[in-house]
Amino acid sequence: MDKQHQLLLWLSIALFSLGLLGVVIRRNALVMLMCMELMLNGVNLSLVTFMNQNGQAAGGVLVFLVFVVATAEIAIAIPIVLLLVKQKRSLDVDAYSDLKG
Amino acid sequence: MLVLREPMRVALALITTMMSLGAIYGFMGVHFIAAFQVLIYVGAVMVFMVFVIMLLEVREAPGNKRYSNLLVPGGVIFAMMLGVFGISVWRAMGHTSSGAPVTNDAFGLTEFSTLFLRDYWLQFELTTVLLIAAIVAALAVIKVHQRVANEAVRSNRSTNG
Repeated sequence: MDKQHQLLLWLSIALFSLGLLGVVIRRNALVMLMCMELMLNGVNLSLVTFMNQNGQAAGGVLVFLVFVVATAEIAIAIPIVLLLVKQKRSLDVDAYSDLKG
Repeated sequence: MLVLREPMRVALALITTMMSLGAIYGFMGVHFIAAFQVLIYVGAVMVFMVFVIMLLEVREAPGNKRYSNLLVPGGVIFAMMLGVFGISVWRAMGHTSSGAPVTNDAFGLTEFSTLFLRDYWLQFELTTVLLIAAIVAALAVIKVHQRVANEAVRSNRSTNG
């Protein structure tokens, strides 16, 4: 593993950890969704780095699948957030702590 | 992204991050992934997100707390995770991979497409099924809510009249 790939892996680790930290500590629902996107981006960067390092093309396929999953996740999550906001006029996730399921 | 209060600023920071990642992919030689990154993430997902932020227009109270109660445990977990992964990457420095490194033109769109349609065609079809399921689910969520709202309006009218 040379210097360039190591730097890229560190960058991907930083992106993933920052996304996880954002999901844990923020209270705004939309900001939490965007932090999830940041986590997916970090994983994508590590996949591309490993693909570039090993020369195996399966990483590209996995990156494409991650793209599709991220798009589907946003397409599901945004209507749910819209409905929640219509219910209580707030984006704060603590306002929905009385949800039961 | 973690300290900005307004969701719109967070979205702009995230768009900048994604464009930079697209530039990194371009410099690494995987141009089609860079194009996907810009097209799908910045072009579709983040535009959707920005529209929703502008549509919602929910003003948070000024005295509202920005962080949840998990700030300290989250920070500790963040530091531990960064340390563990960073050390593991640092110790993997000397290892060399068995495969030959990809040159800039070795993995283009043609190889990707043939690989996708020959070896991974089942996954490709499954992604289409997943996307259709996501669209149908989003429509179903919206429709169910509209039906409930219409029934509420109708019952209100009947009780009032």
